[in-house]
Amino acid sequence: MKIDLAAIEDASRELYIRALKMLPPDIKEGFDALVTHESDSTARGVLGTMITNITIAERDDNLLCQDTGLPIYNVEIGRGVDVDGYGLKMAIRRGCERATREHPLRSSVVHPLTRHNEHTSCGIEMPAIHIDFIDADETLRITMIPKGSGSENNSFLRMAIPAEGVDAVKTFVIDCVLAAGGKTCPPTIVGVGIGGTSDLCVALAKRAATRALGTHCADPDGAALEAALSPAVNALGVGPQGLGGDATSFAVHVELAATHITMNPVAVNMQCHSARRASATFTPAGVAYGY
Amino acid sequence: MSHHELELPVDEAAVRRLRIGDTVTLQRTLFGIRDATQIHMFDHGRTTRFDLAGHAVIHTAPNVRKVTPDATNPAGYAPVCIGTTTSDRMERFTRPLLERCGVRIIVGKGGLREASAAAFRDLGGVYLAIVGGTAALETTWIEAIEDVDLDDLNPESLWKFRIRDFGPLLVGMDSVGGSLYETVREHAAAKRAAVLATLGVKA
Repeated sequence: MKIDLAAIEDASRELYIRALKMLPPDIKEGFDALVTHESDSTARGVLGTMITNITIAERDDNLLCQDTGLPIYNVEIGRGVDVDGYGLKMAIRRGCERATREHPLRSSVVHPLTRHNEHTSCGIEMPAIHIDFIDADETLRITMIPKGSGSENNSFLRMAIPAEGVDAVKTFVIDCVLAAGGKTCPPTIVGVGIGGTSDLCVALAKRAATRALGTHCADPDGAALEAALSPAVNALGVGPQGLGGDATSFAVHVELAATHITMNPVAVNMQCHSARRASATFTPAGVAYGY
Repeated sequence: MSHHELELPVDEAAVRRLRIGDTVTLQRTLFGIRDATQIHMFDHGRTTRFDLAGHAVIHTAPNVRKVTPDATNPAGYAPVCIGTTTSDRMERFTRPLLERCGVRIIVGKGGLREASAAAFRDLGGVYLAIVGGTAALETTWIEAIEDVDLDDLNPESLWKFRIRDFGPLLVGMDSVGGSLYETVREHAAAKRAAVLATLGVKA
């Protein structure tokens, strides 16, 4: 399957706009579950406003949240795919810029020192483009994630040591949720990365935070930790928007990587309640949009 | 807990009446302000031609469309999507906003901290909580972008919005030291040990 870079550019433009406007079905179901179990009346009202907002964004064809975020494109390339890799990256960048100019969208991207905004949602190393290879025939999938800053500003890494054991991981997650309070726009998805190198650990946390609700860590011990941490986080009572209640988080997601005998790293990255993502899958049959 | 309709600008007595848990709907005018706006105003000495005395500001940087100025869009910008950002980053600007500019109301999400609570108490101000991440809804409460200043900072310009039925918003921090956020923070911190025990973490 030969990949047409013009189609990649168009899809990259379309994905940014789609992600900003339509919340994935798993997140909508997550809201339904939270509001059903919420015991605090203020929190139920806050969740109700969030659900109303989803309806209004769809009705008015508008963005769910004004924060267009940092644009992230995750690319998965299967077998038998013929693609110019560098050309692919440039096509994604052009699509991101076109979405910003043509919709128009607020460019939230600035130079980190001069704070100069090119009004393209692009800059040095931005959009963030991550490329991986998967065991699927003639398939190329792009998942676009606009990562809001309220949640991204609450990202944490701790290089714990083996003697601290898994208790260090559990304590760190609880303390990060407490430190974040209402700043992350809860209810959140709490992404936890465990193991790897320091940079991989943070990347795992991001992968966990942006995974669909209802999915589980592939490692059974990681999945067990997810099951234990999810209710624990909600027992803290931070609640939606940090105003109190049960619905602090939709779920805690864990991703693991093997690590060094001397290391026990843990990272936390959170996704806000506007847990936006959109995907485009290219196959010989054409392009199909989803979440 | 009562509901208040406030038409901007307001006087000190109007905000001193508000208590945490009350709800407020704002009318007529709201100013949009953000990190860069306040860094330039309070750290770099920039000034604005707007009179913010008695007014409400919202922590925002909107999505807008550049248009030819006309009666509907006098500033040359049409609203696309206008929402609210996390207030905590702008904690240190609360006092100068109130003291130097005469601002009475800050609208934001996630709350502010002790220094802001003290400024609200000393100078007569309140923090109104909006539900963050609900910008599509918020945009329906904004009639027009009336004016803009410090626009070289776009999108972090100083925006003047004409609003109608902006709310209801929840009084999160009041002028007598009340803070819903502080109460929740204290309660959550008090639960930490018990929650860790359920996870089998040894103290």
